Amino acid sequence: MTERILAPFSTIGRRAVALAAGIGRWGMLTAETFRSLRHVDVWGRLLLQQMAKIGLDSVPIAVFIAIFTGIVLSLQASYTFTGAVPLYFVGVLVGKTMMLELGPVLTGLALSGRVGANIAAEIGTMRVTEQIDALETMAYPPVAYLVLPRVLAGIIMFPVVTALAIAVGIGSGWLTALQLLDMSTPEFVRGLTLFFEPFDVTFAFIKATSFGFVVTTIGCLFGFHTRGGAEGVGTSTTQAVVVSSMSILVLDAFWAVTLL
Amino acid sequence: MSIQMNEVYKAFGDVRVLEGFSLEVEEGETLVVLGRSGSGKSVMLKHIVGLLLPDKGNVWVDGQQISNLPTKELYLLRRKVGYVFQFAALFDSMSVAENVGMGLERMKEFSREEIRDRVEECLTLVGLEGLSDRFPAELSGGQKKRAGIARAIAIRPKYLLYDEPTTGLDPLTKAVIDRLILRMNRELGVTGVVITHDMESAYRVGDRIAMLYGGRRRFLGTPDELRSTTDGVVKGFVEGRPELLENAS
Repeated sequence: MTERILAPFSTIGRRAVALAAGIGRWGMLTAETFRSLRHVDVWGRLLLQQMAKIGLDSVPIAVFIAIFTGIVLSLQASYTFTGAVPLYFVGVLVGKTMMLELGPVLTGLALSGRVGANIAAEIGTMRVTEQIDALETMAYPPVAYLVLPRVLAGIIMFPVVTALAIAVGIGSGWLTALQLLDMSTPEFVRGLTLFFEPFDVTFAFIKATSFGFVVTTIGCLFGFHTRGGAEGVGTSTTQAVVVSSMSILVLDAFWAVTLL
Repeated sequence: MSIQMNEVYKAFGDVRVLEGFSLEVEEGETLVVLGRSGSGKSVMLKHIVGLLLPDKGNVWVDGQQISNLPTKELYLLRRKVGYVFQFAALFDSMSVAENVGMGLERMKEFSREEIRDRVEECLTLVGLEGLSDRFPAELSGGQKKRAGIARAIAIRPKYLLYDEPTTGLDPLTKAVIDRLILRMNRELGVTGVVITHDMESAYRVGDRIAMLYGGRRRFLGTPDELRSTTDGVVKGFVEGRPELLENAS
């Protein structure tokens, strides 16, 4: 009877301990990642390759999402504003929303699925097939070889892909306004520039950089701690995507609270 | 003594794997360690190269105590040790040549041409000449094992550690791998530690044979001494007679 009453508390306790342990492992991996910066000879030649894999290969999905987000934003703004607010405010809403929120967040979420899953699966497979042990026996520091180039590539390329997504989203919103809302280019641009602040761009870049950091470190963390063959790789991959997506949303709120 | 393990204890959570295991490997010999699947042979081998550290006890390799070594020194020591993994552990995204040359690249002592020549030499030694551009996925099980051996010997190691090198191979490929292990020992003068549960291979390649049982060393002797042992546990394992093993333990 007592056991039954205590069971939920014990579950909560176990999960809290697991969460604390996970955060601790993430902190240790992050510290080791920065310490590995000294092994330039190991990670230097892998950086470009990872930048292409994490950045360039992610462009199609980021652009696809941005095109449709721009279209929907434009149409919904017009639907909301009609009769109450001048139509050039469509440009305000498309620009501000793409730059401050949807550009970074939707790109981050899409890349957490593509990049985070890829990293966790790749490193997880290397772990269960002893390839990481093999690296160590050949005197390659595994964090410098596997983690650092991916994390640096994420920090560099997430803002680049996000900037492209924002531009494409605004572009598709503008085309939608021209074609479907009978707006003119000067009207749209007037709205776009009306409340524009250079800080909007900085804000988007801060968000994208932090998303790049968490998605890549979390992918590496789950990959590194994979156990138990194919099933373990699958579990790590799923967990990496779930945790990095949640982290993006938490960070999104954190930056809004602290910077806006 | 080139490799020495003194009273090594290792546990993973509640599972105690090594419970006071000791072993001495003489310079230039090939020592085979036998044991049932899951008895801790791979765990033992990983201690020698510092992939695992003992909970208690110590491991000496080439006069250096592994658990006391700073990372930099440990990496330097690893340049003297080649490790052949059970499933080869080749890097999927690299060709056979790139896999074999990886350790050499890390040493930063060789030009590209020297690395290419050494890679070709090692691949020829293991009978994989002409396969340097293939990827691991395009190799058979035996070829992967041989590529793993080529990668391990490319750095001209003083010590070679083999983790179940013949497991899962056909009898002919097993004989080829065994012959390679003997060549490494005789032609390159490498000190070898081979872990296996394949008795045929053990008798073929071992100068001495040890048995790991219950986390401790149960037997150590020459192949002839193993054949004539009266220890029921050892005899039961060697002859594949579980009733002997059950009675003795």
